[in-house]
Amino acid sequence: MASELRNHDQELFWYQRRLGLAAVFVVLGFMLLLGRFVYLQVYQHKHFATLAEANRIDTQPAVPNRGIVTDRNGVVLASNYSAYTLELNPRKIANVEATIEEIGKIVDITPRDRRRFKRLFEEFRTNDSLPLKSRLTDEEVARVAANRFRLPGVEIKARLFRQYPMGEVASHVIGYIGRINQEEKARIDAGADATNYKGSDYIGKRGIEVAYERELHGIAGSTEVEVDASRRVIREISKKPSVAGNNLQLSLDIRLQKIAEDAFGNKRGALVAIEPATGDVLAFVSKPGYDPNLFVDGIDPQSWDALRDSPDKPMLNRPLQGGYPPGSTYKPFMALMAQELGARTAKQTISDPGYFSLGRKTWRDDKPGGHGLVDLVKSIIVSCDTYYYQLAAELDVDEWSKFMRQFGFGQKTGIDIDGELTGILPTREWKAKRFPKDPKFYVGDQVSLGIGQGFNTFTPMQMAYATSVLANRGVAFKPHLVKRIVDAKTGEARLTHPSAAYTIDLKPEHLDAVFRGLAGVVTEGTGRTAFLNAKYVSGGKTGTAQVFNLHGGDYKASQVAERLRDHAWYIAMAPLDQPKIALVAFVENGGFGAEAAAPIARKVLDAYFDPALLANALKSTRSADAEAAATAANNKAAAEASAAADMKRAR
Amino acid sequence: MIHQIWSRLTDRLDPFLFAIVTAIAALGLLVLFSATNEMLSRVVSQSQKVVIAVAIMILIANLSPQFIARFAVPLYVIGIVLLVGVAVGGEVVKGARRWLKIPGVGNIQPSEIMKIALPLILAWYFERHEGAMNWRNYAVAAILVAIPFGLVYRQPDLGTALLIGASGCFVLYLAGLDWRIIILGAILAAVAFAAAWHFDWLHDYQKDRVLNFISPEQDVQDAGWHTVQAAIAIGSGGIFGKGWLQGTQTHLEFLPEKHTDFIFAVYGEEFGLLGGVVLVILYLLFIGRCFLIAANASTLFGRLIAGSMTLMFFTYAFVNIGMVTGMLPVVGVPLPFMSFGGTALMTLFIAVGILMSVQTHRKLVNS
Repeated sequence: MASELRNHDQELFWYQRRLGLAAVFVVLGFMLLLGRFVYLQVYQHKHFATLAEANRIDTQPAVPNRGIVTDRNGVVLASNYSAYTLELNPRKIANVEATIEEIGKIVDITPRDRRRFKRLFEEFRTNDSLPLKSRLTDEEVARVAANRFRLPGVEIKARLFRQYPMGEVASHVIGYIGRINQEEKARIDAGADATNYKGSDYIGKRGIEVAYERELHGIAGSTEVEVDASRRVIREISKKPSVAGNNLQLSLDIRLQKIAEDAFGNKRGALVAIEPATGDVLAFVSKPGYDPNLFVDGIDPQSWDALRDSPDKPMLNRPLQGGYPPGSTYKPFMALMAQELGARTAKQTISDPGYFSLGRKTWRDDKPGGHGLVDLVKSIIVSCDTYYYQLAAELDVDEWSKFMRQFGFGQKTGIDIDGELTGILPTREWKAKRFPKDPKFYVGDQVSLGIGQGFNTFTPMQMAYATSVLANRGVAFKPHLVKRIVDAKTGEARLTHPSAAYTIDLKPEHLDAVFRGLAGVVTEGTGRTAFLNAKYVSGGKTGTAQVFNLHGGDYKASQVAERLRDHAWYIAMAPLDQPKIALVAFVENGGFGAEAAAPIARKVLDAYFDPALLANALKSTRSADAEAAATAANNKAAAEASAAADMKRAR
Repeated sequence: MIHQIWSRLTDRLDPFLFAIVTAIAALGLLVLFSATNEMLSRVVSQSQKVVIAVAIMILIANLSPQFIARFAVPLYVIGIVLLVGVAVGGEVVKGARRWLKIPGVGNIQPSEIMKIALPLILAWYFERHEGAMNWRNYAVAAILVAIPFGLVYRQPDLGTALLIGASGCFVLYLAGLDWRIIILGAILAAVAFAAAWHFDWLHDYQKDRVLNFISPEQDVQDAGWHTVQAAIAIGSGGIFGKGWLQGTQTHLEFLPEKHTDFIFAVYGEEFGLLGGVVLVILYLLFIGRCFLIAANASTLFGRLIAGSMTLMFFTYAFVNIGMVTGMLPVVGVPLPFMSFGGTALMTLFIAVGILMSVQTHRKLVNS
């Protein structure tokens, strides 16, 4: 019994020891938990508090309104309007085709809408919603809204859309915006502007829209909202409004632009008119143009193919990207150079037999038998080739190109939109590089250059710039399409190019001689017919550029005969005593400058000096004032709609 | 008369244990109100369950340990039969057979019965062989543990199986199982787990839970979500908490299972480190009292059942809080006396009732 009791006591002792050991474990376990609490709630508190805030707070970007573009007189060329769009979020839709089919039963979806959406869908493999149809009517919005429960992933959104009320007019200047593609997105994300583009779907693609993207885009705002785990908005916490992009006032006069474009009719070509005293580009024509509105919500493949494949190349910005020999429009500059370099005086005459010979080679003048005695002024008026053959043969090409460079030949003018071609102002170095098998620069090469043919390759923009610098007697202003950048809120404006870029040192009497020549062209020379009975005194020079040469033309011999005709040029300035406008008109395959280009220049100059003609310029399409008023109303409505959309999102 | 009945019923209660359990349950209801986004109906429903569970606890406290021991074998047999029934014809919920539909009774979770039945039968068995234990007895005990463990593991419910296994092992440990065998068993368990992992005996979701435990941030949107969001909730609570009903993680639906298994995350977010310390102190006091009861129990059955229940309480609290704070993998263990739900509450209060019975029937046996 006693041993049993002892045994019992011993068992109890062992039991309690094990229980005590377990109790130690329990205490240690709870200590471990307390340690964990301290780690999470004290040591790591800041980290987790940040994460909890990040969970709870969502920052929704507020996309700024894009700046408005007007012409120099305030006529709206690019603006925004608010519209409802029907958007699909492909990520939330199992069968996109079936869903579009389903929507088609509720609202009208055109085949073009479908094609456009398909193209967008393939191009932008994003998680964002993509527009299927824009500009829904109130009734359509109501019908889609009523059916939303059975159309998951289908959304109605109020969005601001870009609108180009002038359509094709000045399309190559204004350009267009389009949806941000993957390449652009990658570039933005890598840059400093990434946060500013959060929420932006559109970006400038061409023309002013891309060149002034930074000004036009504006500064994105944001709304901080509290959200739950399913990202539903519970309440708004704070709001930083977006700042609208700056408005742009172009130097373009859209009335003059319209008249110039109409003057081309169905012809292909370019026209650039510059105000010499400022560098303001008054008109910038590239024919044919395109309708920029097509690109805004993404262009449908058929329209795009038509634009891309057209032999007329409507997407080519001819003033900047077309390189051609200047033909005889080069002669006034040659004449000025001859005097400045001391090779000729104004009075000095030559006898023109109708040809020029050098060694065994002969160059013919247009006029068989020649122009007789020719001085500098007459050489311009009658466009005497022989005078310039001789002159060119005497000069040194490097010295010559150095002079011409001052007028911007063979260089980018630095105009404020992209894509400018450099062109070719030949030098010995250039030839050696371009023709390594025949690197020598022959006098014969120089002879062709003298009449603006041969290797010379200049853009219409370069010709216009050179003409404006000549008209301004050597005082050069950088040509620009945007005149003022205007703060949308304060109305504060700043000029883009306030002062002269540089001045070429030229003798007044040398200039006067050239001007006498230019005046003679209009009164008695090659421009006489085109400028008969003009109410202003202008100077001009015709030119005809040979298509069929080594490198200048855009077209190949295999193309139709019409495309082998010469290009027609005309440069002009008026009024001649103090030019307020200098321009170049260029007609692709137009034939003689006097017949194809000069009449276009005449129409533009007539309008420039006649307020009545200018006032009627836009009447043929729509009233400019009404348009401006409508756009202003649109912008107001757009601002309200976007504010309403923000509110809705916040709610 | 009424007074007599009342005193007869309450005589058998342990006032200290009762006070603390009531305090934890009351705290639980307070947190539940916040965790359910102020749904009073949930709180009322849980209160009713607490009242019923307390009534059953009082009833059991009034039974003598000897009387309770008589239920050991039937309860265990019923539990096994039901577990087999689950395996054959249980309701499949979220890919696992855990529930059994019994006409007239409703849905029951037989694994829950085993949490009590297994320690009970082991304590009963060891008392029967008191003073004459040999290795055969331990082998029989091991089989008694292995059968329910295997059945629950097959459901599959690895977490509950481990907890049931643990409750059995506590009895074996307290009964004096040789240390060498304990160490050997621990090594074997580790090897078994490694083998199960290596030979793919575990279900994918079980592997996921372990992997998520190791690096929860890797898969934030899916399985790791629970762990990450709970850690954010608790960590962001800081020292003083965000205040009752003020937890953003709780009220903006970032916390999953927030009124059941993850209720501690709500508590930690709203009451902070101070709240956590208070709760740990409450559990320590509760479990400390349970230890005293176990230490002073007058019979081997009483000692074993009280001791194993004590360790079970600790295990549940530790595993739950450890899992919510990201120290342990996610297993389905409710926080004792606080999580929403009737079944677990019932089991826990029955266990408290047994402890009270052991404590208050002590003198009777001695005298």
